[in-house]
Amino acid sequence: MEIIIRPNRSVGLLNLGELWRYRELFYVFSWRDIKIRYKQTLLGVLWVLFQPLATTGIFSIFFGKIAKIPSDNIPYPLFVFAGLTIWNFFSTALATSSQSLLSNEGIIKKVYFPRLIIPISAIITAGVDFAITMVVLILAVFYYGYHPNWQILFLSPILLLILLMTVVGLGLFTSSLNVKYRDVRYVIPFFIQIGLFLTPVIYPLSVIYDYRKLLLGLNPLSGVIETFRVLIIGSNKFDINLIVTSLVVSLAIFVFGLIYFNKTESYFADIA
Amino acid sequence: MSMKPIIEINKVSKKYQIGAKQPYLTLRDSLSLNLGSPHHAESNSFWALKDISLKVMPGEVVGIIGGNGAGKSTLLKILSRITPPTSGEVILRGGVSSLLEVGTGFSPELTGRENIFLNGAILGMTRNLIQKRFDEIVAFSGVEKFLDTPVKRFSSGMYVRLAFAVAAHLDSEILVLDEVLSVGDSEFQKKSMAKLESATKSAGRTILFVSHNLNAVQRLCKRSLLLERGRVKIIGDTKTVIDTYLGENPNSFARSHLIQGNLKDFKFTGIKITNHNGSSLIKSDDRLQLVLKYASNFKESIPDARVIITILNDSSQFVLRLDSDVTVHTFDHNLKARGEIICETESINLSEGKYFVNINFSVQDTDKDCVERAGTFEVTTDPKVYDYKYYPNKSISNHLIKYRFR
Repeated sequence: MEIIIRPNRSVGLLNLGELWRYRELFYVFSWRDIKIRYKQTLLGVLWVLFQPLATTGIFSIFFGKIAKIPSDNIPYPLFVFAGLTIWNFFSTALATSSQSLLSNEGIIKKVYFPRLIIPISAIITAGVDFAITMVVLILAVFYYGYHPNWQILFLSPILLLILLMTVVGLGLFTSSLNVKYRDVRYVIPFFIQIGLFLTPVIYPLSVIYDYRKLLLGLNPLSGVIETFRVLIIGSNKFDINLIVTSLVVSLAIFVFGLIYFNKTESYFADIA
Repeated sequence: MSMKPIIEINKVSKKYQIGAKQPYLTLRDSLSLNLGSPHHAESNSFWALKDISLKVMPGEVVGIIGGNGAGKSTLLKILSRITPPTSGEVILRGGVSSLLEVGTGFSPELTGRENIFLNGAILGMTRNLIQKRFDEIVAFSGVEKFLDTPVKRFSSGMYVRLAFAVAAHLDSEILVLDEVLSVGDSEFQKKSMAKLESATKSAGRTILFVSHNLNAVQRLCKRSLLLERGRVKIIGDTKTVIDTYLGENPNSFARSHLIQGNLKDFKFTGIKITNHNGSSLIKSDDRLQLVLKYASNFKESIPDARVIITILNDSSQFVLRLDSDVTVHTFDHNLKARGEIICETESINLSEGKYFVNINFSVQDTDKDCVERAGTFEVTTDPKVYDYKYYPNKSISNHLIKYRFR
């Protein structure tokens, strides 16, 4: 093994070999965060379900019952719970990964490993909650008497890919930006809050007029949530254009995040 | 057989922006100044390292010494790939583990057992390796009973012992260590030292070792490197390098403060500080010997001369005053016009640390030459000599003495 250290260590977009060598760290960092989160909690894993279920209840009362927001013929609680499951994963993953480099500053300054592992581990941690909520969602789907469309089998990996590329891209970008500019940490919660309303979580895309629909379509989460909701109630009326748009946009976000991260990575220890 | 060096450092330099050390940037500052790059003011930068070159052969243990801010930590950070050099290149022919801090990544909420796995993984050990070494690590740390207690409830001693134990079981070819021997009580330090020695002798590791503990450097390293303000002052045999560091070289002191001295009249030309055996590694129970060289214009002898040597610790507190007028064991009042004044003490019993020496020379009660920080020396301590169980905090006491309670 020979390691050469030079001023500019640009090794292309992704050094997969190196990531593979350090693969155990993904697990270790996620494991640590999960352990710490549930130490000294009374309800433990039940907290994972508390937030989406409580939010679903409140949204169902205010947006479903009182404001009577349409929900594409899906019972509003199921409609909003499906949206929130995906949205909550996105917002938690983005919020924690954008903070991750700063909260692991002590390690970054003292030990070398590919820095990419830190924000991605934060996303994996959020993924555990996502998986648990997803199980409850599937139970809810059957409880309401729906049977998901069979096409979900090959479409859900694509939806997951879109979701992951979006959140990883944004996570990499915001976490490295956060190292350099500390006001990023105040801005992100604000954008996440706004984002909930710019994503069809509490309303369907069908209530929006055409050209605005196109704009919202540029938000890759629109494609993911809309398609997913269509599929779980057994329908096949998904919009293939929307999926392709989301895929292209999420790929662009992913590549951009990766490039920005690589450009700033080697200097984290100096400016953190 | 010609062996290739395992570490090759070629003209490595590192520049820091002074501005970047200031509080973080905000997006607004950056937008309003319209400066994307932080490299706007060349004058705000300084070279933390300049043109460092070094070749280390496999199995060699090289010490790196130097004062605060000499660039030791920056060099180790570059070698451990935490920060890139500004120019130059390093070639490492083997796996590197760096230990710039004991207990990196320890999580207070997690238990001792969990932290062994966490810390081991962060330092680059695989899960298998940690599992294999687990019992050894635990035995070395001596905290078996508390393995399932969150480390936030550990005493600081237990904490560092556990942390060091993990690090001591790293198995990469190259180890980069920064001040790791300064942890724990003296018993544990000895154990750590022995572990390091066996890592070099039997396992054939290559080690780069930074420490302020010159005794440890002397014991572990054949060859050392002295850094001064980011440059290599000297590379060579450890003893020579340490002597250089401790200011063996006469005439090297700065005449920082001169009261009334008419240089034509009288001046000190050099100082040499050693223990009674002539070594510049001074232990706290050693006797101290100071040799002051001087020259003057006096024709034959200097009448009524008086020398006061003051010793200060590194927080500039006065620790000792050696006055040629106070003691009955003094030199002839008529000194030779040029020569040496020698001052010998009994065991100095000073606690571990760096000390400075001020010299004041007067003739017939008139100050002639006064040199502040004419010399420095370093004292190391073995608490056992004083029947201490562990090393006392030096900020509490400058002096060490044997005592007993009844």
